[in-house]
Amino acid sequence: MTGFRIPKLTLSALALFAVVEGLARAGVLNGYIVHIVNLSLIYVILAVSLNLINGITGQFSLGHMGFAAVGAYVSGTVTSIVFKLQPDSTIGYAVFIAAIVLGGLAAAVVGFLIGFPSLRLKGDYLAIVTLGFGEIIRTILNNIPFVGGPRGLLGIPKFSNFGVILVATLLALIVIRNLIESSPGRAMLAIRENELAAELVGVDTTKYKVLAFMVGAFFAGVAGGLLAHLLQIAHPTQFGFMGSVLVLIMVYAGGVGSLTGSVIGAFALTFLSEGLRLVIDVVAETTKLPIGGEWRMVVYAVLLIVIMLYRTEGLMGTRESRIITLEEAGK
Amino acid sequence: MGTIFNVQQIINGLQVGSIYALIALGYTMVYGIVRLINFAHGDFFMLGAYAAYGAFFLFNASLAGLAGKGGAVAFLALVASMAVGASIALLSNRFAYRPLRYKPKLSSLITAIGVSMFLEYFLSALPIIGPSYRSFPEILPKTQIAIGTATISNYVVLDILVAAVLMIGLTLLVKWSALGKAMRAVSQDKDAARLMGIDVERVIAWTFAIGGAFAGAAGLLSGMTYPRIFPYMGIQPGLKAFIAAVLGGIGNIPGAVLGAYIMGLAETFASAYNSLLGEGIAFAILIVVLLVRPRGILGEKTADKI
Repeated sequence: MTGFRIPKLTLSALALFAVVEGLARAGVLNGYIVHIVNLSLIYVILAVSLNLINGITGQFSLGHMGFAAVGAYVSGTVTSIVFKLQPDSTIGYAVFIAAIVLGGLAAAVVGFLIGFPSLRLKGDYLAIVTLGFGEIIRTILNNIPFVGGPRGLLGIPKFSNFGVILVATLLALIVIRNLIESSPGRAMLAIRENELAAELVGVDTTKYKVLAFMVGAFFAGVAGGLLAHLLQIAHPTQFGFMGSVLVLIMVYAGGVGSLTGSVIGAFALTFLSEGLRLVIDVVAETTKLPIGGEWRMVVYAVLLIVIMLYRTEGLMGTRESRIITLEEAGK
Repeated sequence: MGTIFNVQQIINGLQVGSIYALIALGYTMVYGIVRLINFAHGDFFMLGAYAAYGAFFLFNASLAGLAGKGGAVAFLALVASMAVGASIALLSNRFAYRPLRYKPKLSSLITAIGVSMFLEYFLSALPIIGPSYRSFPEILPKTQIAIGTATISNYVVLDILVAAVLMIGLTLLVKWSALGKAMRAVSQDKDAARLMGIDVERVIAWTFAIGGAFAGAAGLLSGMTYPRIFPYMGIQPGLKAFIAAVLGGIGNIPGAVLGAYIMGLAETFASAYNSLLGEGIAFAILIVVLLVRPRGILGEKTADKI
C-alpha cells in the first residue's frame, strides 16, 4: 500500500461546514446558534493551545487569555486602522488574515518573553507567575488610551465568520497534532512525564518548554484575534483571570493531554454556558426570583471541583479519537 | 514637601502592610504544612468582611444605649469575622483539599481555584448578598489624629494594633504551645511527624482555621478602613498577600510579615508616584523575587528531591 491517508480531520471539518452552513441557509439554524458554534470553535483553539502547554508539556499556565488579549488587540488595531482608511471588503479580507497572523506572532513573541524567564519555575510557582503575567497585560491594556483603555477597543470590523473560524480551528488542530506526533512533541511529552529523566536522556527541556509556550501563545493570539473580529470589541476584562480559568476547565473537563477532549470540552462548555443562560432567564422569569447570571459561574466552579475530586483525568483521559490521530502508514 | 517619602506615606504603608500580613500568614502557614497555594484564601478575607457587616446589623440595634457600644460591637464583629473565616477555611479543607492530599499537587491547586470561584460567585448569586458594592457601616466613630505634618485616622492605628496583637499571639502559639510544636514538626516532615504520634490531619485543620481566622480579621479591618465591600474584594489583596509571602519566603512565618510590610510600603510609595506603577509593582516584585531569590528573603534553601 502506498502511504495515502484519508485526511479524516479535514473531512470532518468539511462535513461540519456543510451541515452548519446548509442548515443555516435553509433557515433551520438561526444566527444565534451559528454564533455559539463560532464561539465554540474559538474556544476549541484556545483549549487545544492551552492543552499543548498544560497537558502535553505539563507546564501549568494560568495566563492563557493574556496571549489571546495580545492577539485581539494587535489584530483589532491593525484592521480598524486599515478599515477606516480603505473600507473595501476585498482588500479588507486580506488585511484581516494578515492581521490575525500578526496578532498570533505578537502573542508568540510575548510567549517567548514570558516563557524564557518563568520556565525556570515549576508547578504552582509557574501558575502564579503566568497568572501575574495575565494580570499585567490586563493592567497595561487598561492604561493605554490609544487602544481605548478601560473602555476597550471599539469599532473592530466584523470579519470573522463561520468559514474563517473553522479553517483556523482546523489549522490549529492539524499543526498541534502534528507537533505532538513529531519528535519535538515527543520531547514535550517526556518533559511532562519526568523532567529530570528527560533532561538526563538529552532533551533540551528549556527549548521545548519555550517552544510549547510559543506555539500555544501563537494560537491563543489567533483565537483572540478571531474573537475580537467576531464580537467587534476587545475589552480588558474579557481576557482576565476568569477567562483563563474557563479555558482551563474546558481542558480539564475534556481530559488533560487529549486534543479530542479539548474539542469536546470547548463545545460542551460553550453550549452549557448558553443553555444555563436560557435556563436562568426562564427560571427568573417564571418564579420572579432575583436570579442572576452568577449562577452560571457557580455551576462552573462546582463542575471544576467535582472533576478534580472524582474524575481528575476528565472525560477522555489521554485517549484520542481516531478522527484526530494520525494514521500510521500501512495500517 | 513634595516628596513621596513622608511620614504620612510610611504610616499608610504600614497599615496596608498590616492587612497584607494577616492574609499572608494564612498563605504561608498552609503552604508550609501542605504545600498548597490556597487560591481561596483571599475569599476568606472577603467572607470575614461580610461576617463583620452582618454582625454589625445584628448587634448594633440590640446593644443600643449601652455605654461603650461601639467598642463592644467592633469586638463582636471581630469575633464573627474570625469565626466565619475559620469555619469556611475548615470546610474547604475538609471537603475540597483533604480528599486530594496525596494526589498530584496541581489537582489541589486547581480545586483551590474552583473553591475560590465558588465562594465569590455563590455569594454574588445569593440574592441577600448580591454582586454589587455595599458600604460598610462606621462601627467606631472615626477621628483624625495629627502627628507632626501627617494626619492619620484612628482606624489606621487600630489596623496596625490589631494586626500586631494577633501576630504576637500567633508567634506565642507557634513557639510555645503543643499545637505550635506539632505544626512545626508537620511542616518539617509530615511522615516523621505521623510516626511520632502527631495527628497530622488535626494539625492541618488547625492551620487552616487559624489562617482563615486571620484572613477574616483582615477582612473586618479592611472593611472598616475602606468602607466598601463586594464579593470579589478578596482577589487583589489575596494575590498581593501571596506575593508578600513569597517575597518573605513562603512557609516562613516572620518572612510573611516582613514581606507584607515591604509590600505595603512599596505599593503605597509606588501609587503615590504613579497609579499604573502602583497596580503593577506587586507583580514586578514577584517576578524579580522568583528570578533572583526564589526562596524569598528569609526562606531556607531547599534542594528539589529526586
